[in-house]
Amino acid sequence: MTTVAERTQRLAESWEEAPGLASWFKTVDHKKIGRRYIWTASVFFAAAGFEALALRTQLARPDQTLIGPGAYNQLFTMHGTTMIFLFATPMLFGFGNYFVPLMLGARDMAFPRLNAFGYWVFLFAGLLMNASFLFGQAPNGGWFNYVPLTGPEYTPEVNIGFYTVGLLFLGISTTAGAINFIVTTFKLRAPGMSLNRIPLFVWAVLATAFAVVFALPALNADNAMLLLDRKFGFHFFDPAAGGDPVLWQHLFWLFGHPDVYIIVLPALGIVSAIVPVFSRRPMVGYFWLVLANVATAVISFGVWVHHMFAVGLPQLSMSFFSAASLLITIPGGIQIFAWVATMLRGRVVLATPMLFVVGFLISFVAGGLTGVMFGVVPFDQQITDSYFVVAHFHYVLFGGAVFPILAAVYYWMPKITGRLLDERLGKLSFWLIFGGFNLLFFPMHVSGLLGMPRRVYTFLPGLGWEGWNLASSIGAYVVAAGFLATLGNLLWSLRRGRPAGDDPWGGDSLEWATSSPPPPYNFAAVPVVHSAYPLWEDRFRERLDTAQGSPGRQLAGDHEVLRTSELDAEPERAIEMPEETVVPLVVALGFLVAFGGLLAGWYLVAALGVPVVLAGLAAWAWPRREEVAR
Amino acid sequence: MSRRHPRRPPAGRWRWAVLVAGGGLAAQLGGCGRTSPSPLDPHGPGAERVAGLWWLLFWISAVVFVVVSLLVAAALVRRRGDRDTLVRRGGGELLIVVGGVVVPAIVLTAVYVVGLRDLRALTVPRGTDLTVEVIGHDWWWEVRYPREGIVSANEIHVPVGRPVRLVLTSKDVIHSFWVPQLTVKTDLIPGHTNTTWIQASSPGAYRGQCAEYCGLQHAKMAILVVAEPPDAWAGWLAAERRPAAAATDPTAARGRLALERNSCAACHTVRGTAATGTVGPDLTHFGGRRTIGAGALPNTRGNLGGWIVNSQTVKPGNKMPPQPLTPEELQDLLAYLESLN
Amino acid sequence: MTADARAVTAPTAEEVAAEVPAGRPTGWWGMVMFITTEATLFAALVASYFYLRFQSTPEWPLGGIKAPELSLPLVMSAILLSSSGPMVLADRGIRAGHVGRLRLGLAATFVLGATFLGLQGYEYTIKLKEFTPTTNVYGSLFFAITGFHGMHVMVGLLLILFVQVRAWLGHFGRGRHLHVQTTAMYWHFVDAVWVVIMLSLYIGPHL
Repeated sequence: MTTVAERTQRLAESWEEAPGLASWFKTVDHKKIGRRYIWTASVFFAAAGFEALALRTQLARPDQTLIGPGAYNQLFTMHGTTMIFLFATPMLFGFGNYFVPLMLGARDMAFPRLNAFGYWVFLFAGLLMNASFLFGQAPNGGWFNYVPLTGPEYTPEVNIGFYTVGLLFLGISTTAGAINFIVTTFKLRAPGMSLNRIPLFVWAVLATAFAVVFALPALNADNAMLLLDRKFGFHFFDPAAGGDPVLWQHLFWLFGHPDVYIIVLPALGIVSAIVPVFSRRPMVGYFWLVLANVATAVISFGVWVHHMFAVGLPQLSMSFFSAASLLITIPGGIQIFAWVATMLRGRVVLATPMLFVVGFLISFVAGGLTGVMFGVVPFDQQITDSYFVVAHFHYVLFGGAVFPILAAVYYWMPKITGRLLDERLGKLSFWLIFGGFNLLFFPMHVSGLLGMPRRVYTFLPGLGWEGWNLASSIGAYVVAAGFLATLGNLLWSLRRGRPAGDDPWGGDSLEWATSSPPPPYNFAAVPVVHSAYPLWEDRFRERLDTAQGSPGRQLAGDHEVLRTSELDAEPERAIEMPEETVVPLVVALGFLVAFGGLLAGWYLVAALGVPVVLAGLAAWAWPRREEVAR
Repeated sequence: MSRRHPRRPPAGRWRWAVLVAGGGLAAQLGGCGRTSPSPLDPHGPGAERVAGLWWLLFWISAVVFVVVSLLVAAALVRRRGDRDTLVRRGGGELLIVVGGVVVPAIVLTAVYVVGLRDLRALTVPRGTDLTVEVIGHDWWWEVRYPREGIVSANEIHVPVGRPVRLVLTSKDVIHSFWVPQLTVKTDLIPGHTNTTWIQASSPGAYRGQCAEYCGLQHAKMAILVVAEPPDAWAGWLAAERRPAAAATDPTAARGRLALERNSCAACHTVRGTAATGTVGPDLTHFGGRRTIGAGALPNTRGNLGGWIVNSQTVKPGNKMPPQPLTPEELQDLLAYLESLN
Repeated sequence: MTADARAVTAPTAEEVAAEVPAGRPTGWWGMVMFITTEATLFAALVASYFYLRFQSTPEWPLGGIKAPELSLPLVMSAILLSSSGPMVLADRGIRAGHVGRLRLGLAATFVLGATFLGLQGYEYTIKLKEFTPTTNVYGSLFFAITGFHGMHVMVGLLLILFVQVRAWLGHFGRGRHLHVQTTAMYWHFVDAVWVVIMLSLYIGPHL
């Protein structure tokens, strides 16, 4: 008869990974991997932020020559590419990685080694793409990389290779992460967590993951075809040989439009996690929010041509895509009004996380409204590719993703680190960022309406664009100051922050039932939920604590998680989880060699990566001794 | 959390800022259009339609934005609370259905219908009999009047009040034709031919810029549409048809020889001389053009001299290498080019 | 308290064998999702084929290339599609605990799959005399799409080989066969993609 203390001790020993450097390369713990995603994505955010500061400094005045066209074109390309591929999705996947298992009441993701692998590939692909700067040959075709400009004839240099190969490589990580989120959400939920009790953040991540599964292949096909055109003389995009440059655009935006929802949906999920807690009530319209998430993900595949209204497509087809683009506003509006209704019918607590949510609401609605404008074909045809569209997408991306991410930092970092952030510094940071953000991007609506095109390294005086550009450039520095304040806050809190305790905010979901930070095994007993807001059920915490002493709520093996059914989360069986291992890193390195060799044109080297990958995968799939013995 | 006097809600403060900015914006845009190539300063039926559409969309958006901001502000002002008590009453979904589904469905349908109507109105008018071909190059615009037999660059001359069909394609990468004061933009895509049209309702020179990122000098690929009264335009047409003006002045005559003998002739055409290159813009009537290098510089003698000697200082990366001419050759050449009206 | 009282200990192998299927394993879902992404990738490539084809009508294939002759591809199809049969035998066999059927089925599938690849290589040598991927976009599409499918067949063969080795080492039995099942799923997927390619690239131009 083991006591609770003995059992907890054994769990800790079983799930804790050995301290030391070796463990750093072998971890499969979702919490460690989640933190790594968050920190690495933050570094890429800073890099892309510096790129933006450089752009805005060059554009502060007309006819400046601080940065020449060649460098400028690399900077704006990498700013967009880094923000979208190396910051936004990885950051949100990082929060997902950390919190989805916790919110589901599980001890890890369904595929811990795949999780580790996904992180290593992200790190290597991001480093590979940014290594291009060392050669002064960063991608320079814009983040959407249109052909023929990026084809073999007009950019034969390796710049575009870094883009195509880099993204093909990175795509492996994103896909792996998406599959992991889907299977974890389907199979590892706490008993009682039927579909209608899944936290809204998890629903958002699930919808996102499905969007990734269906969207990323279009980008991969595009990049693969471009690689073949550039390096092997194929003709997919070559009009002289029967190819078509517009094909690139179709495939790119087939991926690209869902991608913006892949970025925004998890962020909206963060908002859905925060609003009930800081309105002190369950969400109004849970069902509507789930529906809206799924509908947005689905409809997002039917609107891509709205990025191509100036291409000369038939009016009939443009009309269809215009209708779909306007239609997608409706699930967006449903989410907004659900949150507003919750806030109105609750009691708002305006702590820093909620302040960032309010900033998000204002900015995302503004960006969404200009987005509706772009759904109207003639207006889009006049105003696309001008600074007005730059304003639009920054309002929805910065407003719709960065503000929620900052809210998540203030909301969830205390759970991750165990220490609260400073409220006053948080509020200062908010006002600097919110004010700076509007100063930076609002004037772009105006310069766009005054005829200024986008992606220009300089502009002539006398066209009425000077003042607006200067205002934007000042705003950029104010925003940077705001981020420095949050960074300072984080660093300060790591040393001097007040201990957060299990549940500093009075939260509703299962992550608040553990310590801050959680123990390596997350939950000592199997949580059982009876609602979508477990921590707000009567005496939930006491019942969970009591369950630690009940054999019926324990898994027999120490290193196991409970697998449950897809719809009703009824227990099926306990499954053994893998221990820490270096195999995912080895496979990721094999891929790095293969893709790096491909990029450099050293095909023999690239070929060497293949057996490394295959051997690694074989080791990965090889059963443990105990499994064979059975 | 202490019950202090509730501060002015942040949303409220920002609401005022937006209204002030909106008002200021409207004033700015009304007045500023004079120097800006602005879609909100339309001088043609296409742009006028879209300008009207913009104001409709703007006001709808402003109303929606204000309503949502007010709701958020209301939520922040009322019932600020502490963390200890949970609110448990149900309902509230009516707002979601009305605000998120019903109202948007009605408004968006109306907007869609208006958009469709305006899209149809942008079709090339029947009976348009003047056609101009525009071919995109890195980083200049080749302009041809096929029926009239004119080849030019970077400027399109049109008669006021008449629709002009534009047939667009590209010799290299994708560009986009955008003259905001006249009409919406259309891409120039290699392997494709796109058709659009422009019509100027008043005389003037309307500036446009390439609106699809096309490489190093995308920023300096401007185009000018010059609209003239029909008689003046007919005069321009007649003059453009003629080959290059014979160089009567000895300096200009030497300049013509310089043009033919140096590398100019390898890339440029001046009809009536031995210069028949097609890599760069046609210079037959260059003297009358308003800018050099597709809007990079005004066409003055000093600027032209600088451009010829080393255009890389003005438009780095453009396809014209520096020209090693002696000072005398340069002066002769400038005199000749100035005479090409 | 009834949900709490449910025993959640790890079942023994006998218990598993005696149980009615206890839900779909995580690995099964993982393979389903992986197949979904790969299927979408092929869909994008085939859609690109049709997009470019209908821009070039009526001349297709381009540049005087003849429409693909069908006799060899039909033989290849018969071989590849029939290879799903022994794979089913292997999968069902091990579920009932028959290791012999597993080994035999895997071996037969492997032979058929390898034959398919060999014939495809032979087909390439013939085709390359007429056109290459760099001839025009038709050549690019043909070799890219069939080549990509061929790579998937190669991966399938490697998976079969891996599972065969483990089968001989006694890793599989009743209730321990997830990797056989997922390999079978992948193999059937590769067969299904071939049907699409056959219809689009080979038979399509003749219609």
